[in-house]
Amino acid sequence: MTRETALNLALALALPAFVASAYVAEEPFLITLATRAAILALAATGLNLALGFGGLVSFGHAAFFGIGGYATGILASHAQDYTPLMESPFLIEGTQAMLIHWPVGMIAAGCAALVIGALSLRTSGVYFIMITLAFAQMFYYFAISWPAYGGEDGLPLYLRSSFPGMNTLQPLPFFTLVFVVLILAIGFCGMLSASRFGLALHGARQTPARLVAAGIGPFGVRMTAFVISAMLTALAGSLFADLNRFVSPSMMSWHLSGELIVLVILGGVGRLFGPLAGAMLYVAIEHVAGGLTDHWQFFVGLLLLAVVLFARGGLIGLLAGERGHV
Amino acid sequence: MSEPVLKAGGLVKSFGAVVATDSVSLTLNDGEIHALIGPNGAGKSTLIKQITGELTQDSGSIEFAGKPLDGLTPQARARAGLGRSFQVSALMPEMSALQNVVLAAMVKEGGPYRFFRPVLAPGPLRDVAEAALDRVGLSTRAGARVAHLSHGERRQVEIAAALALGPRALLLDEPMAGMDPEGAARLTTLLEGLRHEAPILLVEHDMDAVFRLADRISVLVAGRIIAQGHPDEIRRDPAVRAAYLGDAP
Amino acid sequence: MAQLIAEQVLNGLQFGMTLFLMSAGLTLVFGVMGLINLAHGSLYMVGAFACAATAGATGSFWLGLVAALAAAAAAGALIERTVLRRLYARDHLDQVLATFALILIFSEGVRFIFGSFPLYLSPPAMLAGPVRLPGGLDYPAYRLAIILAGGVVAVGLALLIGRTRLGTRIRAGEADREMAAALGIDINKLYTAVFALGAALAGLAGALVGTLQSVQVGMGEPVLILAFVVIVIGGIGSIRGAFWAALLVGLVDTMGRFALPHLFALLTDTSSAAGIGAALASMLVYIVMAAVLVMRPTGLFGQNT
Repeated sequence: MTRETALNLALALALPAFVASAYVAEEPFLITLATRAAILALAATGLNLALGFGGLVSFGHAAFFGIGGYATGILASHAQDYTPLMESPFLIEGTQAMLIHWPVGMIAAGCAALVIGALSLRTSGVYFIMITLAFAQMFYYFAISWPAYGGEDGLPLYLRSSFPGMNTLQPLPFFTLVFVVLILAIGFCGMLSASRFGLALHGARQTPARLVAAGIGPFGVRMTAFVISAMLTALAGSLFADLNRFVSPSMMSWHLSGELIVLVILGGVGRLFGPLAGAMLYVAIEHVAGGLTDHWQFFVGLLLLAVVLFARGGLIGLLAGERGHV
Repeated sequence: MSEPVLKAGGLVKSFGAVVATDSVSLTLNDGEIHALIGPNGAGKSTLIKQITGELTQDSGSIEFAGKPLDGLTPQARARAGLGRSFQVSALMPEMSALQNVVLAAMVKEGGPYRFFRPVLAPGPLRDVAEAALDRVGLSTRAGARVAHLSHGERRQVEIAAALALGPRALLLDEPMAGMDPEGAARLTTLLEGLRHEAPILLVEHDMDAVFRLADRISVLVAGRIIAQGHPDEIRRDPAVRAAYLGDAP
Repeated sequence: MAQLIAEQVLNGLQFGMTLFLMSAGLTLVFGVMGLINLAHGSLYMVGAFACAATAGATGSFWLGLVAALAAAAAAGALIERTVLRRLYARDHLDQVLATFALILIFSEGVRFIFGSFPLYLSPPAMLAGPVRLPGGLDYPAYRLAIILAGGVVAVGLALLIGRTRLGTRIRAGEADREMAAALGIDINKLYTAVFALGAALAGLAGALVGTLQSVQVGMGEPVLILAFVVIVIGGIGSIRGAFWAALLVGLVDTMGRFALPHLFALLTDTSSAAGIGAALASMLVYIVMAAVLVMRPTGLFGQNT
């Protein structure tokens, strides 16, 4: 077992262990906190696929996070009001079922990613960063000014959405559900990374000219990764809506896009468990430092500067050294 | 004689007022090594880029394996069987030698859009890649990270990758550049044997290697081919001697 | 109606000029140093706060304006020397992160000093009233002054880059870092100077806008993102592109917000028409950006790479 594998295992066990002790100590708030970390880790895991594996610095993943959130919010709000979402040409009813929210959000985000990707992947470098940021901002302003689903005020959900055989309103089952989804997503990314597609994607990041010489067009590879990445982040957004029982345009804000990048970097870019490490660290800092001072983000800024300037491998790079061959 | 594998006719490419290639024509036949030589700035790189598709010629045409290449992207040309190595070694630095070659073998073995099976799992893809590495004499270093390979070894990986593509022709851009004499000699021996697997268009500054390997030589000076022929003819050609070779052999 | 439209056009021009002041620095810094600076919006905020605080203390808007330029330039030079200089050779991801970190530091720093409540800034007395324009339109003198200021800066920048030694140096640095170093240009000083210049322009924009909006933490980010849209449309690194794109974005955004809700209300008579129009108007500049990208991926004045 390599050091990174051991570290990954420790990271995977840390969160459930924390939750178990919080459960014993009867601290439901801490379970919710851990759930928040797991959901952010899932969103960042999606981003990591594009950013870490594909080298695509998307500064607009909040859009996909928000699309996932609004999928849940909109479907659930219609179920709450007993009003159909749409009557013609055919009837669509709202629903409380996560198993419907998830695919709806993921497909919607995938379609948005197709459009954004088609425009932004024609460019590269700093253009890509700014264009993804700008399109996310477009969704943000749309959500703010679209009055039907709460506009600027957001959309409250009275109940957490349902999952078969589970009382999702209890913190522990909800955490368990989120955590299982997260581990499945990380496993999926690991499988992808080791697959043919993964090799091509890592290649598109490292030396695109070599990929071309191998007869593989980088655009298609990047586009595929961008879409899958958006879908995973949308899944996280859907869960995030259920966690807070609230959806608002702030889920799509540029600040959230920045935070997702921060999570990936704090943990270690392109490391399978980097987003989880980053999210745990970030939520811990937020909780601890946030309890000490209102200006905790000042210190997050300093920490982040230090990481960028001096510890470029992030937490996992620090503890497990250089990344394996990909 | 059968049709040439690669046939470039009347390639013109200019950048503003500078004519980089001025009506360049050349062919590459099965089983041969055709060397392209010329001083720096003669337009060799521009010519290569027109063949690989990185640049579009202003006029002229390129036929490859009996089909016109016009309008095809570089990756489509690679898929058509145009294997290449880069002037400055361009591999995937964070991958192993084997992963680099596997990547090149993918297109022939079903393409990159497979998401589930590990890419290095035993199977035809891996077999092709390992055979290519073996062919260039690098099987013992298959698992080494490219960043940790020597310069000469990276050159070998490049050629293995070009071979793994199942090429109809190889386009090697200064493969000897930066090699020590021993490495250059080893590479020369390797290329010597490759010409029957795929004909080679060889751009090279190492004249020892060129005159040892080439069946034909084209001399490119200031965007024009000033001489074309058997190495002995080129050696004797007064225009070439004056323009380029100086008092070399 | 004609007056209403003329007023909106002027508002659009004024907004466009502010965007130009923001984008000029951003695109200059990218063109010369290859750096993407998210903290440019923070410099805008620094300028606004410096102006509001100084004007509040001294009662003079003009002193505030000087303070805004000085504070933003100083803050810019400081972050260039301490942090950003180390990032020129790094990839864009590192630059994005470090400058994102700077945003957090600036925002919380300013919040710490000034608190979370917005400050208000009044225009100077001589520009407080309206001006009667030909055609009988009364238009705020202050907004007109912003348009003028933007025009002056645009001409000044064009002269600076085209006609002066500093401009020659900037163009040399843009063309080739090593060449410039070989010519005996002190690249480090040049970069600090360019960065401070860009920062001062952002600070100026912040101070000028501070009288139209409230001065508060986070005011820089929406403008920053629109400035990104501007330089993507104009072509990254091109001042001229930034100028025309800023006017385009300013006009499109202002006119869209004004006209689209009316237009939708005319076309359909449902109650949500105005809402749809407003939602669409907020997306309009991004749609323009997408359209430009489809036609010219490197922007209107960008070099094809």
